Amino acid sequence: MKMFRFSRKQLCIPYALFLICFVVLPLAVIVYYAFTDGSGRFTLDNLISFFTNGNTIGTLCYSVVIAAVVTAVCLLIAYPVAYVLARSGLKRGPVILMLFIMPMWINFTLRITALKEILTLLEGNLSLHPFLNTVIGMTYDYLPFMILPLYTTLLQLDNSLLEAASDLGAGPAAVFFRVTLPLSMPGVASGITMTFLPAMTNYVILDMIYNSTYIMGSLIGSYFNIYDWNNGSMISLILFAVICVVSLITGGEDQDDARNRGAVL
Amino acid sequence: MKKIISYSWLALVALFLYVPVLILAFYSFTDSTTIGAVRGFSLHNYVTLFTTEELRNMIVGTLLLAVGAAVISSVLGTLGAIGAFYSRPTSRMLVETANRVPVVNADVVTAFSICILLIVVLGIEKNTFIPLVIGHVVMCTPFVYLAVIPRLKQMDSGLYEAALDLGATPFQALYKIVIPQIVPGIVSGFMLSITLSLDDYFISTYTKPATFDTISTYVVNATRGAQTEIKTALWALSTVIFLVVVLAVAIMNLAASRAAKKQEVNAYDSRERN
Repeated sequence: MKMFRFSRKQLCIPYALFLICFVVLPLAVIVYYAFTDGSGRFTLDNLISFFTNGNTIGTLCYSVVIAAVVTAVCLLIAYPVAYVLARSGLKRGPVILMLFIMPMWINFTLRITALKEILTLLEGNLSLHPFLNTVIGMTYDYLPFMILPLYTTLLQLDNSLLEAASDLGAGPAAVFFRVTLPLSMPGVASGITMTFLPAMTNYVILDMIYNSTYIMGSLIGSYFNIYDWNNGSMISLILFAVICVVSLITGGEDQDDARNRGAVL
Repeated sequence: MKKIISYSWLALVALFLYVPVLILAFYSFTDSTTIGAVRGFSLHNYVTLFTTEELRNMIVGTLLLAVGAAVISSVLGTLGAIGAFYSRPTSRMLVETANRVPVVNADVVTAFSICILLIVVLGIEKNTFIPLVIGHVVMCTPFVYLAVIPRLKQMDSGLYEAALDLGATPFQALYKIVIPQIVPGIVSGFMLSITLSLDDYFISTYTKPATFDTISTYVVNATRGAQTEIKTALWALSTVIFLVVVLAVAIMNLAASRAAKKQEVNAYDSRERN
């Protein structure tokens, strides 16, 4: 009998099997469901109805608009924060950074509840400004996820490059726009992935804030509620395709993902 | 002048992030049922929070789920990372690609696809908690993997070989040499898993038994129905969680600065000795 020989590579087997069963297989199943009808026959109806139905196309557009506005607002608020924390020689920079990151560890539904109470106090009826409130709510939720990657990249920026630029006669504005900003693009890209994609799909924030308009996530939710697995799968598949395209464009270093989610150790 | 502007921007953003939570915390200690109406001091929200069975079950359930998912994810992710790191580049790339899917994918899509496979196709009962736990493990393990890989890269690759040469079995070498080197990554992945699981809404909604609630699903349902007693008890819950997070961050910072100081002293000592 041949002895079983242990090698380090074999440790990967359980996780590889797990990935096949619960990551790859589910995707395969939604592809199957997306292209079949209720009785299991092949059909393109789900795909065609997505692109011909004014509602679903409208939802897609609305999600993209919401996500773009939220991402832009987050970026505009977060960039100066990250810049000051990382570049202004603040003595306790990392500690103050914690202040801006900490909210991501508080359950988001509870934070949105808190925000909702304040907005109700200020506006009276929340359903009067659904778009505005959604943008405020999502910005409130995703801001820490934008600040963290920006901070990390800005902190790693090589000072000598900035000094060289100003030695060579660039003014502060030129140094910022032609050196700092381009060099911080990886952080901007990570920040965008961390906010844009969730903003297209997190329909709970809309629900909680009384925005009755649908975004892409809500479509999946509504098909889930009426047990329409085929159309739900088609929407999931389309969303997955959009996500793949966006993350290919923004790239993003693999190893940064854990840190962006708040792995601080 | 420039400093004043930049610091007031920081203060403004911090206010935006904290004012809602702090105001809610303030009102959680009163008996008013809406923000803005000032009433007397009261702890009844906290009493409700810790004595209502439904609320207590929900909190305990959420915590157990988070710890359970984090433990499974940590084991699976760590072994996977070690295995993949020493595998052939093609197999490592395959694992890494599959690992990346749940990370970039929207939670709704992950949740929906797992629900379809486990519940619709395989017919596993939601009441068994199997879909829920698997869903949370799918969500957390990739981050454990990503937290452990950098530690493996930093490790001196000769250590494992040296242990083997000195007579350790591969298992001993792994257990006594490799694992201790990557512990910080495992801990980091474990903590991250806990926070991801606690914060999750979508995976839970799509896979949980009808009678079970996590904090997120409970809060969302509570905002739909308007039971005041429950609503204000959730303000207390939000305050408790906020305080726990503040405490945890403070301890972590303290520990980190201690460790940094110790390292400085050690470095100084060794320089002195040389």
